[in-house]
Formats: sequence, structure tokens, C-alpha cells
Amino acid sequence: MSEHTSATTATGINMYDVRPTTEVPAESPLAWSYHHTGHPGVSQRSRVVIRERAMLGHVVLRGGAIVLDEAVRQVLGFGLPARPNTLNQDPSGERSAQWLSPDEWLVIVPGGEEFSLEAKLREALGDAHYAIVNVSGGQTLLELEGEAATELLMKSTPYDVHPAGFPVGKGVTTVFAKSNLILRRPAEDRWELVLRRSFADYLYRWLLDAGQEYAIGVDD
Amino acid sequence: MLHIYCPYCEELREEEEFHPKGQAHITRPADPDACSDEEWGDYLFFRDNPRGIHHEMWVHAIGCRKFFNVTRNTVTYEILETYPMGEQPRFTAEYPEGKPADQLNDAQQEPSRQEGVHV
Amino acid sequence: MSQSLKQPNRVREGGRIDRAQTLSFTFNGKQYQGHAGDTLASALLANGVNIVNRSFKYSRPRGIVAAGAEEPNALVQLGSTEAAQVPNVRATQQALFDGLVARSTNGWPNVQRDVMSLVGKLGGQFMPPGFYYKTFMAPASMWMTYEKVIRKGAGLGRSPMERDPDHYDHLNQHCDLLVVGAGPAGLSAALTAARSGARVILCDEQEEMGGSLLDSREQLDGQPAHHWVEGVVSELAQMANVTLLPRTTANGYHDHHFVTLHERRTEHLGETAPLTDGQRPSRSRMHRVRAGQVLLATGAHERPLVYGNNDVPGNMTAGAVSTYIRRYGVVPGNKLVLSTTNDYAYRAALDWLDAGREVVAIVDARKAPEGDLVEQARVRGVRIIEGAAVLEAKGSDRVTGARVATIDAETFKVTGSSDTLSCDTIASSGGYSPAIHLASHTGARPTWNDEILGFVPSLVKGVHAAGSVRGFHQLADGLANGCSAAAEALSALGFAATPVELPQVNTYRQGAACALYQVPHEKPTLRGPKQFVDMQNDVTAAAIELATREGFESIEHVKRYTAMGFGTDQGKLGNINGMAIAARCLGKTIPEVGTTVFRPNYTPVTFGAIVGRHCRDLFDPERYTAMHQWHVEQGAEFEDVGQWKRPWYFPRTVNGKTESMHDAVARECLAVRQGVGILDASTLGKIDIQGPDAREFLGRVYTNKWAKLAPGRVRYGLMCKDDGMLMDDGTTSCLGENHFLMTTTTGGAAGVMEWLELWHQTEWPDLQVYFNSVTDHWATITVTGPEARKLLAEITDIDLDRETFKFMDWREGTVADVPARVFRISFTGELSFEINVQANYALHVWKTLFAHGEKYDLTPYGTETMHVLRAEKGLIIAGQETDGSVTPEDLGMQWAVGYDKPFPWIGKRALTRSDTRRVDRKQMVGLMPKDPSVVLEEGAQIVFDPDHAIPMPMVGHVTSSYYSPILESGFALAVIKGGHQRMGEIVYLPMVDGKTHAAEIVSPVFYDPKGERQHV
Ligand SMILES: [Zn+2]
Repeated sequence: MSEHTSATTATGINMYDVRPTTEVPAESPLAWSYHHTGHPGVSQRSRVVIRERAMLGHVVLRGGAIVLDEAVRQVLGFGLPARPNTLNQDPSGERSAQWLSPDEWLVIVPGGEEFSLEAKLREALGDAHYAIVNVSGGQTLLELEGEAATELLMKSTPYDVHPAGFPVGKGVTTVFAKSNLILRRPAEDRWELVLRRSFADYLYRWLLDAGQEYAIGVDD
Repeated sequence: MLHIYCPYCEELREEEEFHPKGQAHITRPADPDACSDEEWGDYLFFRDNPRGIHHEMWVHAIGCRKFFNVTRNTVTYEILETYPMGEQPRFTAEYPEGKPADQLNDAQQEPSRQEGVHV
Repeated sequence: MSQSLKQPNRVREGGRIDRAQTLSFTFNGKQYQGHAGDTLASALLANGVNIVNRSFKYSRPRGIVAAGAEEPNALVQLGSTEAAQVPNVRATQQALFDGLVARSTNGWPNVQRDVMSLVGKLGGQFMPPGFYYKTFMAPASMWMTYEKVIRKGAGLGRSPMERDPDHYDHLNQHCDLLVVGAGPAGLSAALTAARSGARVILCDEQEEMGGSLLDSREQLDGQPAHHWVEGVVSELAQMANVTLLPRTTANGYHDHHFVTLHERRTEHLGETAPLTDGQRPSRSRMHRVRAGQVLLATGAHERPLVYGNNDVPGNMTAGAVSTYIRRYGVVPGNKLVLSTTNDYAYRAALDWLDAGREVVAIVDARKAPEGDLVEQARVRGVRIIEGAAVLEAKGSDRVTGARVATIDAETFKVTGSSDTLSCDTIASSGGYSPAIHLASHTGARPTWNDEILGFVPSLVKGVHAAGSVRGFHQLADGLANGCSAAAEALSALGFAATPVELPQVNTYRQGAACALYQVPHEKPTLRGPKQFVDMQNDVTAAAIELATREGFESIEHVKRYTAMGFGTDQGKLGNINGMAIAARCLGKTIPEVGTTVFRPNYTPVTFGAIVGRHCRDLFDPERYTAMHQWHVEQGAEFEDVGQWKRPWYFPRTVNGKTESMHDAVARECLAVRQGVGILDASTLGKIDIQGPDAREFLGRVYTNKWAKLAPGRVRYGLMCKDDGMLMDDGTTSCLGENHFLMTTTTGGAAGVMEWLELWHQTEWPDLQVYFNSVTDHWATITVTGPEARKLLAEITDIDLDRETFKFMDWREGTVADVPARVFRISFTGELSFEINVQANYALHVWKTLFAHGEKYDLTPYGTETMHVLRAEKGLIIAGQETDGSVTPEDLGMQWAVGYDKPFPWIGKRALTRSDTRRVDRKQMVGLMPKDPSVVLEEGAQIVFDPDHAIPMPMVGHVTSSYYSPILESGFALAVIKGGHQRMGEIVYLPMVDGKTHAAEIVSPVFYDPKGERQHV
């Protein structure tokens, strides 16, 4: 059978690469939604476009900011955001780190990098007190673009998405419809929504419903 | 709907993001076995219900998931301050306008704490 | 101009309507025409429609009284089709559109000849004041029946019985300054704030912004008032920092400047939202505004005077007369008598003259009225009767005259002989009540102002008010006040106010108003003609007087006794008059009888706007597992577990016949006991715990011991609150010396996570440990039954040997080529493997198990079978066997309580309190019904002696009850007082149908009591 990677660190932590090493069919949390609800196409009239960035590596870091920041700098080449509710990215925008709480950050990397990221961080962190948790199967990322994106967000979240309240580089965990998600703004004209797997279908249906009047399209 | 300043997120957030967790500053007895049944009952079940200034614990449940304290006027619903766990309030029933400066510790004198004051 | 023939009260020119656009509409089945810019009310008046409704209680004919939100009578039912029905729309607030269909809300068979009026003519004996209290006090069970009869007779509108074709939404808004009301004060305030750079929202409930300026006689900078309005509105519309919301009512002012606005987006266009570009916009929208500061420029409502028969159609407020003439080009009658206590109302008479119709007289309650407007009326030759008032209106379906006499307001006496003036319209004005509703929602008590004879708002921090709502009724004052109030708000927000140059307006010399509310009559109030205070609820001055005589002294009690200010009206016209009457009867001043407290909402809000998009499929989040699609395709019936949709059972369809639930569950149960079953257990809460103190922490939050659990091992744990009562349970696996995976119940996941954080953050921050939810990351597949090992062995590289991979062990390896953690834990009592894989690959693993499972007849099962199987084993479900009052020992689980652990873990101390040590606590036992075909009812009460006199002492209840296919009998779990010591005793369960079932108390482990099957 196929190989898999597992290790117990010197600090007594089980590290486990949960990605198959062989070609195995994988389904994003929105697979059922595309099948069941469908995905309206993008047209000239679409004032909002959503696009799933499926199968990325999502890793939660817990620990002291100073300790983690140094390790992240070593491994990713950029540091943790220092201010609450902010987001740092590498120049390609492919890797990001977001403040979630005073001792918690969400790191998103290209799919497949999550295990080596964990391994390298653990190596850099030694026996400091921290936690690293792979949550890649538990969430997915949606991009939201278009001139009506802000208004669509206003229908959905009580958080202030006006540029005055939500400049580029900000990211928050907040209420969205009757659920919640992570909302971030990596670029002037692009929002990102990090959805929990089990709520993804509800949130997807919400977005399509609220976006109907903007002829919302799903880019796939 | 309240507008609550999370001392960890350092901004005002909607009440929907928070859960109230009852009276603040209830400390679990260090040696429960040394408590009489009555003392233990007091710790478990008895809470204040003041008219006016009250200290409550809240958690930023849909947010940073941190617990913190709120000094709130139960009549006007005005929130006078929010402060992290382990700290003491600046506004109390005894000092509704705020404790005098000489009674405050360093953390309490930081201006950032004022941001939590809701007008 | 041919249209004006059909609209006898339409004046030839003037107003904000477009005479070139004629719109047809239907009212009570009759076709009429109006113009673009009309409201339904102005169009009805233009057509000379006098009666628009029948009154609630007395069934008296009623006409239009006012021109805005304060209108008490003109409530209509809108809609040409069943689906489009909207009840209780005020005709004064409904813009006219082509094809509008409306009916009177009250009145059957029609408003002209009403059956209920017979009841009304009995002098209201049918519904005297206090009617609700006295008549329907008892029996309470009859209330529903009474209400139906009253509603049918009185008619309060009806809801559509078909699906609404429209949709509704919410928009969350944030601003520095919210300005409510776009009259002179609101506009000057918004302009000041907008030019200063603040984020401003300006809302106004009317069809267009401008407020009183839309029907003003005034000139601003030498131009008609609307010129200035148009200039300001177009400037604001172009500013990026300003959001203009016309047709938007601020309905509720909630905590910390959270204000709900209700925007009517398409209601002026048609009865359903018109398609634009193929999409249907939302019909109405709730704006949820979080403002830094709020400025209320909500104006004032004119108070009508309370005189005899003041409800006959043709009685109106003076301001409404002006509004209809000047804004809508409609003069609602031919001969006017104006009864007033103040100068402002003189505008109605001047406007009436300008419209070319006759002013019979102005009846002024003041002895020597003086002021610029009074002078203008004199100059134009109007007869002014001083020191007098209209005592009563004449006529029944329309005013035919006004009986006038001199009065003394202070002594409440008619002082002269009366004279009847022939007229068809009586306009009255008793002054102006500031629209303090929103300020009142904040909890601030309004204060009485003797100068303006009204309550003015008290303002909490961050709330500002300007213009008429503060009693500044003069235009110049209102404009200036708007600017200064905005400057105050801006300063509080940290903005420097940019001064705004205000237009030149005239200032008028005014005489003081006199305080008159109820007009005296020759007869005592109780015997004179009806003097209406609240027309919507048919509350008269006599009713209020009666209430005070019966001892109701507080205005809040008077209101509840008489129903004054109830319903959709909320006392906009009547409250102050009612208070004044109560004050007079009690010999007190108005502020002494109380203040008025208004609550949200200011005007009725449709359910659609409240619900927004949170309806139908989006009513509540539905959580799905990674295998959801498979379950749906297999025809699973689903059960809601919290927000999760879990397969309940999987009915098979054979030869077109679908199994019953009972048959499906029996088949699934036997498959697990005799072959192999598979369950999607992904909904279990999963918490990753890391840190050197993780083990110590577990020992403090669980009742049992964790010190020696080795990597590779799993343990079941009980979690109590500090009161010693069970809150959750589940297994926790040791992944590494300092690394654990905790599972929780499906419903308890979020609560347990918060619970762990609570104790860590508030009591034991010194412990080095982190908790992270991985519920969604891992999908969990349970394979269980005697054949489970054989099946799993086909697709895993894990050594499943029973000697090396023991019960309560976990192992790592691939399952269907996917890295997995496999746990040998069992919730069925059979050999079981719980497979955790990264959720994105779970469906592949699930399907591979089925591909290999066919030869074992692998059977998917749902939550119902899961419940039966675990109950057969006496395994509890937290929240089913427990209800916050059950300890581990009550459950017979003292084996999972480590009293000798060094740290005083959560719940320990409480378990030694005298109450938790009682031997007669309700304890969990098994129940075997004497008749095996009986499945006892869950929740059924248990008694020891069925022959005991009623009330029988109830000694416990059934917590879980099922039919067991393997036992071929019904069986149950129950809690019974002292149950652990009562094995073998017979108890009884009296049922609602009169039958009593007998059952034997047995061990809760019904099947495989030695637990051998899970160890194979
Ligand atoms: Zn926070």
C-alpha cells in the first residue's frame, strides 16, 4: 500500500500528513453545492463573481506572537501580522498569514505545502509552547470580486465593509448570514471568504441568492 | 443591540459576535474541599443583580474567542469599559465616574482602555 | 383637464403631482383616477370619496383625517391577487400607481352600509371601556373563540394565503451620523455633516424629501421652498460620503445607536416588484444602521381637537388640509370651518382661500389672537370667532355643519350660546406634538414643555434633535437648529463642522397658543356626543373619564384599560389629548399623570422586511458532512441534529414499495448485530489538544483519570459542570504524550470548545495547552458489526489483529489509499472501527468501503438505528438520559469518576454535597415492559402504585424507548428514584389514553451484558 508520513515529535506531538500520496478523488466542501445548486455562469451582466480556491493548505498556529513570528519569517519569508485583524502575504499572494486572536493565526499556503510547513515550523520552534493544526479539510476559500461585491457583503455581514472600516490588508472573523466565516480583503478589488466545510453549502446558497440581482456568476 | 469593544480585537463589534457569560470576577475557590456546602453553593449559584453598574464576563465567540470583562450600566445599557481577564475595573458602583488615578495600575491608565467607552 | 371633471376636488394647478400622468386605481371595487405623485389618500380625496373605513368598535363611518404616518382611519388592504395581499396599509403613505387595488380594512358588506353599525348604534354597549378585561377574563380557554369573532366583525386586515412572489432583504449600514427626517432641519443638518466629510445617512419616510417644505407657503431666498430642497438633495446625492434613503422609515432605535430603517423600494411602482434587467429587486429592505451619532429631525404631529362627533368624515387636522391643497392639488371640501388654538393652523384657511373655496369661519380658542398669519386672514376678510371652539360636528356620512360657541378652556365650560355654521369640512388644530418616538425608544423619558404644550425628547449621549421635534416650529429656527445640532454631533465625532450658508426666510410674529385639548360641551362628557381621542381604537373622552373614575390613575393603566394608542396607531394623534383628559379628570397636570413611552416600531413593518432573506431554504443554516450527496442519492430520510442534517434511516424500495421506518430500522439494527453496518459519524465534535499540560487539563475537565493514558490508546470520559451534573461525554485519544484528540457529542461540540477555553482563559491560564476545533477537517466513518474487521482489512494497511489492535486502541495507516486514523471504539457494542480521514477524501473512502462491502451486505444506518443499538447496550446520550440534573453516579457510572485524583476537578466538590449523596435520587435503570409489543412513550411518568389516589406520586420518567429487533421486545431507559436498589421491581406507566403499562426495572445493559462482542 501507499506510503504515508507520520511522526511523533520530541515534544510529544503526533504529526501526520493526511494527503494521499496516490491519485485519489478529492472533493472540496462545495462539491455537493455545485452538483445540487449549480453554478450560474459569469456573463457581461455579472456585477459579482465568485471563485473557489479549493484544496489549499490551511494551518492554524497557536502560541506567542514573538516566538511564532520568528519561525514563520524563517519558513515563509514574511512575518506574522502584528496588528489585530490584519493579513500578511508573500509577494505572489499565494501564501498568507492572518491574525485571528492574540495567540492564533491562520496560514494559507498552496495545497500540499501544509505538512512540510508544519514540519519546518516545528523544527524552527523547538520545544517552545505552541500548537500547529492542519485544518485543510475543514475549510475552503472563496474569492469575491465585482462592483457589487461590497453591497453583497453588506447584505450578509454586520461588519463594516466600507473602505473606511475595511481597508486592504484587513481580515476578520465575523457573522455572515446566520453563520460565520473569515472575511479578508487581500486586494483593493478582491475579497476572500474562508468558509467552514459543513456551513459551505448554506453560505454558497446565501451568496447566490443575495447576488441574484447582480447576476452573480461562479467562475470555475 | 449592544456595540461591544473587544479588548483583544481592539475594536467595536456587534453584539451578535458575543456570548454573555454571567457575572465577572467569580473566582473558583482554590480548595473546593475546604468549602462548606453553603460556601460551595454560593460560588455555584448566587449572583448579584444590581441596578446600575455591573461587571459581566463576555466571550468574543464569533471573533477572537477570548473572554473578557464588561462594566455595563444595567439601567442605561451604557458600556463604561471593557477589560481583559485578570484586570480590575476602573468604573465601579463605588466610583461610577471612574477610580481616581492614584488607585489605578499602569494597565488601567493606558489610554487605549478608553476606546472601549461607548458614548 | 378632462380628468379634473372626474376628480371634483382636484385644483387646476399647483402641487407636486404630474397632471399629465393619469393613473387608474380601484377602491372597494370602484374605478377611480389620480395622478403621478398622489398618495392613495390624496387620490381618494380628489375623487370626493368621503368614507374610507368603518370604525373598529362602533362601526362609525370614517374619512381621511391626516396626510402622513399619523392617519388613524384610512387603513386599507392592498392587492389585486391573493398572493399580493398586504394588510393595514395607510392610504396616506401609499404612493398611487397604475392598477392599484385597495379595499377598506374594516366594514362588511361595505363601508357605506355596514352590518356591524347596528351593534355600534347600541351605543357601544357591546364593547365598553375595559371590554377586553371584563368580558374575556374567563374562561381563558374561550379566548381564542372570542378573538375570532371579534376579528371577523372588526376586521384587522388579513394575510395572504399564497406564497409571496416578492423577496426582501437586509442591508447592514454604518455611518458617522444618521439623520432621520429630511425636512428643513434634517436637510440643513445633513448638508452640514456631509460637507464636513462625515459618513452620513439621511432617511425620510415620505415619497420625496423635503418634509414640511413640500407644502410650505414660505419662500427661501425668494424662491418657492421646493427649489431649495431640490438644490440640497441633488448636492447630497452627488457626495460619495452620503447615502440618501427616501421612502425609508426609521422604525426602531435600539441600543448604542443601532437603528432599524425600513425602505419601501418598489411599493410605489406596483404591487409586486417589477422586473428590471431580468432580475427582481427586493420589494423592501431593512437597513440595520450602526451610527456613531444620530440626529432626529422627525418633526411633529398636529393634534386635532377633541369635540363632539369629531370623527364624522370631513373632520381633518388643519395641517393635513394644507398638505392636500399645496402638495397634492386637492382641496378636500367646499366650505371650511377651522377650529384652532394657535397661529400656524391659519395656513389651512389661507390655503383653502387660495384654492378658491369658501372659508366659513376661523374659530379661535384664544380671546384675542394676534400674529402675522392672523392678520393675513383678517385682511382677506375671513370671519374670526374669538374665544370659541367647535363643540360638535353635524352630519353622519359627511360633515354638514359645525356648532360653535364661546368657551373657557381653563374652567372647561361653554360660556356662550351656540351657533351652527353650515360647512362640509372642519379643520382643527390643538397644537403640535413633537414626534419623539425614536428618542423614546432609547429609554429616555420625554419632558413636558409648557411653552410649546408638548413633550420634547430627552436625549441620551450621542443623540441630537433639531427642528419641530424640539418645538422649533418656525422655518428659520428649524434650519438654523439643524446646522447647530449637526455641529454638536460632528464635534462629538471629531469632525470640524463646515458652516453652511442658510437661505433667507421670513420670520413671523406669532401669538401664543392656548392649551385646549378636549373642547367643553354643554352636557357632561359621559352624556354628550362622542368625542373621539383615538379613532383607530374608538377610544372616547368618556372612556378615559370612566377609566379614571374606576381608579386607573396612571396613564399607562388608562391606556391599557381603554386600548388607547394600541395597534398600528401607537397614539400618534391621540396620546397627548388622552393624557390631557385624564389629567383634567384627576385634577392633575399632564406631566403628573405620566409621560408617554413609545416602543419600536414607529409604524408597522411587514414580516417580509423583518425576515429578509432568512426564509425558505435559507431560514437556518444546514450543515452537511462530506458524504451528504451519497446519503441524498440513497434516499436517506434526514434528522436535524442541531443544524446538522444527519441520515435518520435509509429506507429501501423493493418492487416500488418503500420500507416503513420501523422496518428499515429493524433491518439496519440486525445488519449491525449480525453482519456489518456503516454510519456517517462526521458530526461528532472533534477538538485537537496540544501542549505539555494537555493531560493535566483533561484530568481537570473530565471526571475520570487521564494520567496514564498512553499514545495509541483511547478513553471514554465524562464531563460535568461544577455543580456535578453531566454536561457532555465522548472519547479522547492520546495521539502523542502531549497531544490528544477529544470527541464531543454532535450537539455539544461548540459548547464544549467554549467550555475548555473558559476554564483555560479564566481559571487556569498557567496551563500550557491549546484547543483547536477539527470537527470539519476530519470526516468520521464508523464500520461496525461482526464482519467489520474482514471488510476493513480489504482496504487498509493497518494490522487489524485483535491481539495487537485492541478495543480502545487507535492506529494510523491508509484506508482506501487515504491516510487515516482508525479508532477501535464502539457505540453499538459490536466490533467497531471509527475511521477518521481528511474530509476532502472521505467520500472516496466511503464509496470504496461500499465497493468492497457488497459481499458482506454492508448496510448504511442512520441515527435511529444508532440510538436503538446504543440503548440496547445501556449507553447514554448526554441530553437524552441527562437534563442538567443527573450526576455520573445517577447514571451508574461511578467507574468513570476519579475521586482520588489530586486536583479538585470540575464537578468533584458538588458530588459530595448532601443532595448529590441522597440515596433516593433519580437513577438510570432499564425498563422491560411486561407486554413485549409495547414501546413505552419517551417522557412518560412512572409510578410505583397505579392504584394510588390522584395525584399519584411520580417517581421518574422514561428517557429513551425503542423496539429492539434483536430482543424482539420494546425496551426503555428511565430514571427512577432510588432505581439502582430496585432491580426486579415492577413499576407502572399511566398513559394519556387511560391505559397503564407495567414494566420491570432491569439493568440498563440489555444486550451482551458482559461486553464480549466489542472485544472480538
Ligand atoms: Zn475579539
